[in-house]
Amino acid sequence: MKYRTVFDIIGPIMIGPSSSHTAGAARIGRVARTLLGKQPKWAEISFYGSFAKTYKGHGTDVAIVGGLLDFDTFDQRIKNSLQIAKDLGIDIKIVVEDAVTDHPNTAKIKLGTNEQDAIELVGISIGGGKIEIIELNSFELRLSGNHPAILVVHDDRFGVIAAVSNVLAKHEINIGHMEVSRKEKGKEALMVIEVDHNVLDHLLDEVASLPNIIKVTKIHD
Amino acid sequence: MFRNVAELVELAENENIKISDIMIRQEMEITERSFDDIFAQMDRNLVVMEEAIERGINEDVKSVSGLTGGDAVLLQKYLKSGKSLAGEFHLDAVSKAIATNEVNAAMGTICATPTAGSAGVVPGTLFALKHKVNPTREQMVRYLFTSGAFGLVVANNASISGAAGGCQAEVGSATGMAAAAIVELMGGTPNQSAHAMAIALKNMLGLVCDPVAGLVEVPCVKRNAMGASNAIIAADMALAGIESRIPCDEVIDAMYKIGQSMSMDLKETAGGGLAATPTARALQAKIFGFSQEK
Repeated sequence: MKYRTVFDIIGPIMIGPSSSHTAGAARIGRVARTLLGKQPKWAEISFYGSFAKTYKGHGTDVAIVGGLLDFDTFDQRIKNSLQIAKDLGIDIKIVVEDAVTDHPNTAKIKLGTNEQDAIELVGISIGGGKIEIIELNSFELRLSGNHPAILVVHDDRFGVIAAVSNVLAKHEINIGHMEVSRKEKGKEALMVIEVDHNVLDHLLDEVASLPNIIKVTKIHD
Repeated sequence: MFRNVAELVELAENENIKISDIMIRQEMEITERSFDDIFAQMDRNLVVMEEAIERGINEDVKSVSGLTGGDAVLLQKYLKSGKSLAGEFHLDAVSKAIATNEVNAAMGTICATPTAGSAGVVPGTLFALKHKVNPTREQMVRYLFTSGAFGLVVANNASISGAAGGCQAEVGSATGMAAAAIVELMGGTPNQSAHAMAIALKNMLGLVCDPVAGLVEVPCVKRNAMGASNAIIAADMALAGIESRIPCDEVIDAMYKIGQSMSMDLKETAGGGLAATPTARALQAKIFGFSQEK
């Protein structure tokens, strides 16, 4: 079930004019900001499909930048986000792509503070303001942003998944959904773990201190 | 968890409770939140809807492009003149649907129901009902849960996105949701709600998404007006005892398949339909300059 709660249908409360292009875009931007873990210094936003064709009229660029500034869908500041970003010295680049994607409303965001501290994600806006993150740093995944989630970048070795889930079990954190993907056997891999409750930072630190773990981040509701 | 309308109706009928009861109960189970918490959140959505309508019918709201705004005010004035051909309740719902979408087009605050482009139908009909039959606050909040239950089925089995399924998925879904909710508020059965949804959605099948200049304005605002009008007729028909020959779930499935077979030009890309008319192209050039390639 893509849509679980009634508030996916009646809601979100948002700034017009489009739930897919405005509210959804703001949410994609906000997930990107959360995953980077701080305010970006630059961002390159690529639009595909309907996003590419009609982003100007819907303020999709304005909304996605609002998300990068950590604004919620109903935040009135979204309207002025391009100016706010400029005032904060954030370099924003918009790219319109011709490529045909699986979903008509697709955006790719590269963002960071410098070349080393950067991430790239691909998000889709599936309707009514609901989104999915389908790619992170070239890993395929399916992240709704509806539940708290832990993202663990690690080396593809035996025992790593068990060690991470052991830490969660010890802290009585229930796993609702989990995906593991890797670029190549034995190389870098990514665990996406959706959990029932928000997790505290010390749990993340504990996961990060395990062998073969490269980076741990979290997304909250 | 209900997966389709048939299951939703069966759950309600088996326990002799309302569709809104089923929706609230499921929400409590899935989110592990209390009744009060969930009810309060829906009440906040209701507040946002009412504020948008009040703004739309009283202020001269104008969108940035200048394409839309002010029509809800005109319709309210016309309504008060007593010259209208359609009934007062009917036109009140239509004007309040328009009000919501005019505020949306002006980048005002609205509640997506189920989307922003289709946000007028459910509140428009609801606040006209408020004026006519004076429902309790609880009945009004329940209206939104009932709408949401039918919307959830459409979203999970078809689509509520114009880009994916055409305007039938947006205003069409909203129209069906409103029709079903009107029936419940007016004392109809869960089965009658399902028939109202089916009748309403059947009349919106094949509706293309062809926004002029790519904006959620023309024809979106007036389509919400027609959606509100259609929802009222469908609800009245169901309350009169008329049944849809095609079951609601099959109508939803047909809507999905029609959407899949539509050209990309007719799904929110501004590539076809009204968006490709000479006047629309001229408006697009005026609003964005000629740089916007098409």
